[in-house]
Amino acid sequence: MKLIDALYKDAPLATRNEITPKLGFLLTVLLALAWLIPFLWMGVATLRPASDGISLMAELMPSLKPTLDNVRDAWEIGDFPRYFLNTTIICTGILLVQFVTITLAGFAFARLDFAGKTLLFYLFLMQLMLVPVLLIVPNLRIIAQFGLYDTLAGVMMPFFASAFGTFLMRQAFEAIPTELEDAALIDGASLIQRIRHIYVPLSLPSFSAFAIISVTSHWNDFLWPLMVINSPDKRPLTVGLSVFTTTAEGTQAWGTIAAGTLMVIAPLLITFLIFQKRFISSFVTSGIK
Amino acid sequence: MSLAEPAALPVAASVPPRLHIVARFTTRFKASLPAYLLLLPSLVFLALFTYGAMGRVLIDALYQRATPKAPLRFVGLDNIAAVLADPAFTGAVINNLIYAIGTAIPSIGLALLFALALARTNAVTSALRAALFLPVLIPMVAASALFLFIFLPNVGLLDYYIGRLLPVLPNWLGDPDIALYAIMIITIWKNAGYYMLFFLTGLQAVPEDVMEAAHLDGAGPLMRLRYIILPELKPTFLFVVVIATLNAVTQVDHVFVMTKGGPSNATNLVLFYIYQQAVEHYDIGMASAATLLTLAALMALTALSFRTMANREGGA
Repeated sequence: MKLIDALYKDAPLATRNEITPKLGFLLTVLLALAWLIPFLWMGVATLRPASDGISLMAELMPSLKPTLDNVRDAWEIGDFPRYFLNTTIICTGILLVQFVTITLAGFAFARLDFAGKTLLFYLFLMQLMLVPVLLIVPNLRIIAQFGLYDTLAGVMMPFFASAFGTFLMRQAFEAIPTELEDAALIDGASLIQRIRHIYVPLSLPSFSAFAIISVTSHWNDFLWPLMVINSPDKRPLTVGLSVFTTTAEGTQAWGTIAAGTLMVIAPLLITFLIFQKRFISSFVTSGIK
Repeated sequence: MSLAEPAALPVAASVPPRLHIVARFTTRFKASLPAYLLLLPSLVFLALFTYGAMGRVLIDALYQRATPKAPLRFVGLDNIAAVLADPAFTGAVINNLIYAIGTAIPSIGLALLFALALARTNAVTSALRAALFLPVLIPMVAASALFLFIFLPNVGLLDYYIGRLLPVLPNWLGDPDIALYAIMIITIWKNAGYYMLFFLTGLQAVPEDVMEAAHLDGAGPLMRLRYIILPELKPTFLFVVVIATLNAVTQVDHVFVMTKGGPSNATNLVLFYIYQQAVEHYDIGMASAATLLTLAALMALTALSFRTMANREGGA
């Protein structure tokens, strides 16, 4: 209780002795610890030697003889380097194209006046509600018509335009003073030059916020790549992991599953722990993605 | 005006205004052209994968093949009727409703608790926030892989630690009466930290001096929560409810990995039904009809919530 009191020492004097908020805090601490248990088990099980047997698999106390055998097995059974490469290609490809489309569209909505602006704005807005994952069936047919079935480009294409990104960039561009652009206009800069040299460099925080949201959501995407991809060597991490899990589950190789899962989520977790504040503020803006 | 050419008169009188409108339209279009060019790349993809896809669903829902190899024929609303009459679909809808309510309420409640407890920023609360946020980042498939073991009968984490307290060990994913609830636990674990962020942002809008004034008037913590904090958080609630509902329909990867809709369709959700129709039964007509019904329901819901939000802003 002393410890909790210390945390509340900057609370308004009058409320410092109230008990309910502290009980709530205590409950939150307990739940936060419970929230970490799956991760803890993943770490412990990854390092547990197979000799401990299935009955000790659930033990959360780490084994005294840690081993990397599970990591090696997972690496050999699953084609993880290939999956990593595919996911990286997908996420990078989507993000690079999105950067172009959202910058141009965001600028048009932020700074230009044109006929049908409101109508077009609503056309974009609707995309936020028509969640792409619900349109998997028609989108798969469109992708197949383009001859992009079972290609990484087919996985990427439906995400090339982003209403969320467009609105984010529109907001960022609107905050930039027009005087800067006027100066460049007098010097004879073209529209694209002004976007490239004035608007983009001044909006880097918004680009990074968008990049975080875009990459995490496509890194984690499962259903759409599962439908588009057929060849094992084109699977992204999520699809690879699900196949790997199904295989390893049959042989009750839980240590290997834990190791495989760890490999899949480690890159995101490490990036998050380094750029924690960035991630959190980006996710707050992502409410409507 | 000479009598020799009377026929030219009406034409001469009517052409200028028409030209005028056309001219005005062209100038307006010319002035708008740069904007259209900038929007073009986005519009192409929106046209293909959002609006084109919508049109595709509408059309595909109207056609059916008698056998997989037979030619397509127009069947009108038969597909929609067939989907509505399919017990697997109605079952999936009911499951999805239970799943939506059973995941939204606990995860939003927990998110509010977390946000209230961790509203102050210091090293301890930051660490706790990060711990609660970790599940948000990982793929649903990875979460499923971990929970497969947690729910494993007899030797799994849950049975190893908690199951001993129960007289009969439940088969978490194998019992049709329990499986859906087991699936919900994963969703709550994964989403509470996400919704917490919105409540943390919302709480920043609660004025500190009003809180203190309320305290001086003798309002305890629960009174302040009820009469000051919750009214202030109303827009946040509405927003989070919309996201939670969308998630309940779209975030179903764990069903694919853990239960495949079973046992005996107990965890079959609408999106999984659509997937089954399209990929396993190759029935594009049925899949499109089910998609159409789901889209209609979601759009009605979103429109309703946007109207409520707009009304509130108008009134405030």
